[in-house]
Amino acid sequence: MPEDGSRMTEALNCGDDNLVIAQRLAEWVSRGPDLETDIALGNIALDHLGVARALLGNVEEGRTEDELAMLRSEREFTNLLICEQPNGDFAQTIARQFLFDAYQLGLWEKLSRDSDEILAGVAAKALLEARYHFRFSSSWVIRLGDGTHESRQRMEAGLSHMWRFVDELFEKHPDLRPKWDRRVDDMLNEATLSRPKDSFQRGGGRDGFHTEHLGHLLAEMQWVARAYPGASW
Amino acid sequence: MVIAELLDQIKDPEIPVLTIAELGILRGFDVVGSAVTVTITPTYSGCPAMDAIKADITSILKGHGFNAIIKTTYSPPWTTDMITLEGRAKLGRIGIAPPGPRSAVRCPRCFNGSPRTVSEFGSTACKALMVCSNCGEPFDLFKELR
Repeated sequence: MPEDGSRMTEALNCGDDNLVIAQRLAEWVSRGPDLETDIALGNIALDHLGVARALLGNVEEGRTEDELAMLRSEREFTNLLICEQPNGDFAQTIARQFLFDAYQLGLWEKLSRDSDEILAGVAAKALLEARYHFRFSSSWVIRLGDGTHESRQRMEAGLSHMWRFVDELFEKHPDLRPKWDRRVDDMLNEATLSRPKDSFQRGGGRDGFHTEHLGHLLAEMQWVARAYPGASW
Repeated sequence: MVIAELLDQIKDPEIPVLTIAELGILRGFDVVGSAVTVTITPTYSGCPAMDAIKADITSILKGHGFNAIIKTTYSPPWTTDMITLEGRAKLGRIGIAPPGPRSAVRCPRCFNGSPRTVSEFGSTACKALMVCSNCGEPFDLFKELR
């Protein structure tokens, strides 16, 4: 039982991370800085949403993926705080995506070897997609970081804003940190950027303690489902 | 046999020249009486075509007196290696470069090599946008995923 319980928690946690960051990325659709990045962010959002559906659909008997996504309150969401942070400018979104992609690369590598068949299957699939996501986000970190004075300042500000949420990524998976550090440092080097200074670290997302931003995100995501219970296409 | 022929009529709604078998997302089916369990796997996790494909399977089987039960499996994950040879040839014929290493991609119109990548993310999640450096044709590349 405890083994099963921890697999369920893992599926719920990863499902929530992917659902919430998908919703954030979807806010960019039709507002991207150019057509290419607009489509890219929309496609990445879809991948995250697909992963969320696959996981939340298998979390518990009797509750559907829709009920879990649309009818839980803020305190019941277990996503990492970084996923719910507002998009800010493009560089801030890229900073969030870059740090999170680097984390998910390691996580999916690990979970693809999990004994739980569903979790391992979803992870193996998500790993292939995460490589594309990381290629996109890290190439933008390099372009912005090693770009103009303005783009560099914005990239630095984005990274430094998101840095307070990175320790939380490794609360449950401390073993993923060394590889994440290497992945992130390699790209920052190439972008001629330095690591943001270690600052006060926030946590609590896994226990349902969120920043003030999640409630607003959920209000927008959930209002139709709550206003019209049981509605379908 | 009849079931296999019925399922062979189901096309990917976004690349309607390819059947789901040619795309490699039909994993198999099992018939018990009038109930047919069809197992499929998504290309990309969030592929919005999956819902349309499920609806198509249900409706075509229902039209022939079968009840469809559709199962989605994620394991082993779909890769572009699962697209059949016929599927790859069909892609080329409608102007979508079939998946392969980026250095081996050729323009589907003039077959020249070394196209330029315009965007890693194209008209759908599974495609990138390229432009031929010889004839100038912009074209979709089915991205290699493996």
